[in-house]
Amino acid sequence: MPTSAVAGDVGASAVAITLFLAFVGATLAITWWAARRTHTTKDFYAAGGNITGFQNGLAIAGDFMSAASFLGASALVYSFGFDGLIYAVGGLCGWPIVLFLLAERLKNLGKYTFADAVSLRLAAVPIRCLAASGSLVAVVLYLIAQMVGAGKLVEVLFGLDYAIAVCGVGGLMVFYVCFGGMIATTWVQIIKAALLLSGATIVTICVIAQTGWSFGGVFATAAEHHPTGIAALAPGGMLQDPVSVVSLGTALVFGTAGLPHILMRFFTVPDAREARRSVFYASAFIGYFYALTFIIGFGTIAFVAGRPAFLDAEGALRGGTNMAAIHLAHAAGGELLLGFMSAVCFATILAVVSGLTLSGASAISHDLYSNVFKRGADEARVVVISRYSAIGLGIVSIGLSLLFEEQNVAYMVLLAFTVGASVNFPLLFLVMYWRGLTTTGALAGGVLGLVTAVGCIVLGPTVWVEVLDNEHPVFPYKYPAIFAMAASFAGSILGSLLDRSARAARERAAFTDQYIRSQTGVGSEGASGH
Amino acid sequence: MRHLYDRIDRDPRFHALAKARGRLGWTLSGLVLLAYYGFVFAIAFAPGWLARPLGPDTAVTVGIAAGLGVIGLSVALTGVYVWRANRIFDRLNADIVDAATRKAGAFDAD
Repeated sequence: MPTSAVAGDVGASAVAITLFLAFVGATLAITWWAARRTHTTKDFYAAGGNITGFQNGLAIAGDFMSAASFLGASALVYSFGFDGLIYAVGGLCGWPIVLFLLAERLKNLGKYTFADAVSLRLAAVPIRCLAASGSLVAVVLYLIAQMVGAGKLVEVLFGLDYAIAVCGVGGLMVFYVCFGGMIATTWVQIIKAALLLSGATIVTICVIAQTGWSFGGVFATAAEHHPTGIAALAPGGMLQDPVSVVSLGTALVFGTAGLPHILMRFFTVPDAREARRSVFYASAFIGYFYALTFIIGFGTIAFVAGRPAFLDAEGALRGGTNMAAIHLAHAAGGELLLGFMSAVCFATILAVVSGLTLSGASAISHDLYSNVFKRGADEARVVVISRYSAIGLGIVSIGLSLLFEEQNVAYMVLLAFTVGASVNFPLLFLVMYWRGLTTTGALAGGVLGLVTAVGCIVLGPTVWVEVLDNEHPVFPYKYPAIFAMAASFAGSILGSLLDRSARAARERAAFTDQYIRSQTGVGSEGASGH
Repeated sequence: MRHLYDRIDRDPRFHALAKARGRLGWTLSGLVLLAYYGFVFAIAFAPGWLARPLGPDTAVTVGIAAGLGVIGLSVALTGVYVWRANRIFDRLNADIVDAATRKAGAFDAD
């Protein structure tokens, strides 16, 4: 049995386990309630289109504020100081771009997945295959990252075995998705977002209280305690070369606009107006949350770093640097807050993996099964296929999580963002904004983007040197997003310009109708009763 | 649907609306990306400037204030867009669609 970070703290464990069981109980009740309201594919994939902008904003924020971003961003600040903050700022700045350029058009063009929107005027079969591949690669990478994180967290918090923890998380997420579909997934996400926002607020207040209610005091105390002193408050701890900084920054902003489980949320609201409102609420919640991580991140340096209570025999942080924020909750608010934040973090992981599973299951059942392999399959059958897909994804992600137990979680999340930025975003952007895009061009760009992203990652320092033990990386940079994104755009544009086929001419001609629909909502799903 | 799209396409108000909405969207995107890449490029090329404390008696650096500023600006600009779109664009859009649909109805009655 691995030792728990809260071992000996019976009070904290009791609080954590009680709260956690209460959360699981509540979500199972929601799933039961949602299952009785899930009849059609529209209920299953899009919660019947009945979610309000405010609810959807909270759910989007919930999808985005993963435990990886809460624990991971604080862990990065804990280890590297200022440079960890780029994740917080970059993660937020994707949202205005999604709102200004994509959200309303996406809602007007699509039905359940972003593949609906991009295959409207292009050839459905190859484009759906491309969009589904981009979605599944991003979803599976993100899913493994979250499950590995969950397994580690439960191992440390509750002293449960890693394999049991991963299977438990996998089982619950499949249950929510299979029976409750998007309705259950959305409400689980809303509850979790409210819990996480209040938890982060309480931790922040406790931290500021400890420095005599002074905002600057947190940073001053951090500078006193960090091994590099005042340098912790300055850039340069993690990112040394400019190319890495810009490439990472680009992956964060444009990856957000290409994450399939988040794009899917725009179809749960009735119209473009509510889609727009949901991004405003989402960005307000996410912005507030990331502003708190500034305090929480530096709070970990101020109150956790170097304190013997939180270090193991070798002087490293107990449970790894990812536990920095959890230890901070203990340092700032005692047993009760430690138990509360442990339960909140676990609830967060559970909610995020459910959203991801639903998105992956939709890519398989809606994009691939009902629009490529069995065109015109009846609704009930498609929902059944979605449930099988969710079970399949659950098994695959449990298996991969056991296999990749030792992988760096934050890096895998970043890979998902890189695929989002270099496959899904260029496709979505060009199909909406450039009349010239053709199926051939889209395929060329998508494949080139995916190959460049994966190739640069495999040949780069993280895999080629650290995993495969070669001496020098073939591709010198750790973050390939700017290269893969440029390759994707170049491939799409060149492929389209060189495409002189009759199909290409038809696809360009169809742009006008698509443009009017995207602008006005005339002819879009759910607007039929206009 | 075909005729409806054609009719909307011929309505100059539609093209004016699309242009106004596009201009607002691109301007605000430009501002957010400018602020964000300003921050990113400052980390890459001018880390020393971000490391300077804001004042003589505070530990808060220019970089921390800039990071919070970029977050605040992004949220504020999404608010500006939603406010403008809800107040102006939605009504114009409804007028354009209504006009096109009414005409379509009149044609059907002929």
